[in-house]
Amino acid sequence: MELVSPGIGLIFWMTLAFGLLLFILGKFVWPPIMRALSEREQAIELALHEANKARKEMEELRFSNEQLLREAKEERDGILRDARKVRESIIEDSKVKATEEANRILENATERIHFEKMAAITDLKNQIANLSIEIAEKILRQELSDPEKDKAIVRKSISDITLN
Amino acid sequence: MRTFLLSISFLLTSLWAVSNAPSHEEPLSAQQETTTSHEEKFNAGHMIIDHIVDSHDWHIATFGHTHITIPLPIILFDEGKLIVFSSAKFHHGEHAYLGYKIESDRKAGKGKIVKVIPGTMETDKTAARPLDFSITKTVVGIIISFIVLLLVFFPVARAYKRNAGHAPKGMQSLLEPVILFIRDDIAEPSIGKHYKRFMPFLLTLFFFIFFSNLIGLFPFFPGGANVTGNIAVTLVLAAFTFIITTFIGNRSYWLHIFNPPGVPWWLKFPLPLLPLIELAGVFIKPFVLMVRLFANITAGHIIVLGFVSLIFIFANMNPALGYGVSPVSVLFSVFISLLELLVAFIQAYVFTMLSALYFGMATEDHGHEHAHEASH
Repeated sequence: MELVSPGIGLIFWMTLAFGLLLFILGKFVWPPIMRALSEREQAIELALHEANKARKEMEELRFSNEQLLREAKEERDGILRDARKVRESIIEDSKVKATEEANRILENATERIHFEKMAAITDLKNQIANLSIEIAEKILRQELSDPEKDKAIVRKSISDITLN
Repeated sequence: MRTFLLSISFLLTSLWAVSNAPSHEEPLSAQQETTTSHEEKFNAGHMIIDHIVDSHDWHIATFGHTHITIPLPIILFDEGKLIVFSSAKFHHGEHAYLGYKIESDRKAGKGKIVKVIPGTMETDKTAARPLDFSITKTVVGIIISFIVLLLVFFPVARAYKRNAGHAPKGMQSLLEPVILFIRDDIAEPSIGKHYKRFMPFLLTLFFFIFFSNLIGLFPFFPGGANVTGNIAVTLVLAAFTFIITTFIGNRSYWLHIFNPPGVPWWLKFPLPLLPLIELAGVFIKPFVLMVRLFANITAGHIIVLGFVSLIFIFANMNPALGYGVSPVSVLFSVFISLLELLVAFIQAYVFTMLSALYFGMATEDHGHEHAHEASH
């Protein structure tokens, strides 16, 4: 049977051709193709990985941003609160101070008034003394004749002097 | 080959009808003549076999008595001498040249080159046949597949270098899924992690078979040679697989053949029954590879040619019957040809897949696997 009897010539040429094909393709064609394919796959893998990482980083960044914002808000609130407190305390302080000052002024004034009053009193006393002396002089000059009258005059004079 | 036949079948049917018409009307004179010409006495079996076996020239068409063929070089080794001449010298097998002729007797190996008794066209039965290293139709078909593969894959490889890191384009994107299919669905699952060193062979094997199958389906000159439907071709392909499997086989592969573990001792001693079967399997595997591809492709060709032959068989009975049958025949031939497209891929896939499996079996680390099984 021709159909199932392989011829030596054909076996020879086929071995030669297929061997040569295997050599040529195996040397110049398949290595660059396989290399390029695996390189591209690695690149894709890497790119996917990077993208994932970037997304995760973004997520983290967003999270930290929020955190930051929240912290900032809290800080702002804190500052505001402090400021309010400080303002209040300043007001309070100033109120206290003002009161103190007022009190001091008042005290001073009182002291001064007291002092003035004392001075006035002293003055008055001096004047009274002078007056008394004058009166006494007058009395002495005018009325030294009648002691009874003198006494009445002195009493009257003294009662007329109103201290304060 | 087959579609070519389809297209010329219409042409030939009319010729047949014309040439046969007188033979029916005047049987005495015409029939006597036509029996000597191989063309007009139609024998479907002979026609089919002549189309699928190898030949020393490339027959393109026959119009009446004019054969349009491409003569191919004849290369013979005979008694230590190298003899080279064109097959045109044989005049389509009708003449002898330098004492050689193409055997025309079907029983004595039609198509083979034999010696003749000097001065006659009689076969010299006593002389040994010369060793035939001719560039036959199948060899030309192999060379065409070879050239097509180089023409297709060199630009593709260049595209991979130039286009590195980018999406594939054109031919590259057409072939990339196939290359990836062979790598990811054939080589890696069958062989395991050391699949990389077998990739050049598997890819070459797959694309050679696939392209040869497809070119074999193409009807006109550059195609149509029955390359993968020739047993010598599949023999060589299977031999490559066999040789590689034998050379790469590791210790556990041979141990599994000569001393299969997990088998009762009486199957191995005193009569090494199982080792013998395993050893036979080593040779049967590539043999089956050879036969499967050859038989599938040949069967496809035979069926298509058979459908086409129906036209001539019916036309021989009555020209009108020939015309009547031809649409049905053509339809069936087209259907089978479409089926053959599928077979072209499947056979390339099966051959590559089984080769990969054999490589996988030869390089598998059995010890590791048993430890794995034991853990179950």
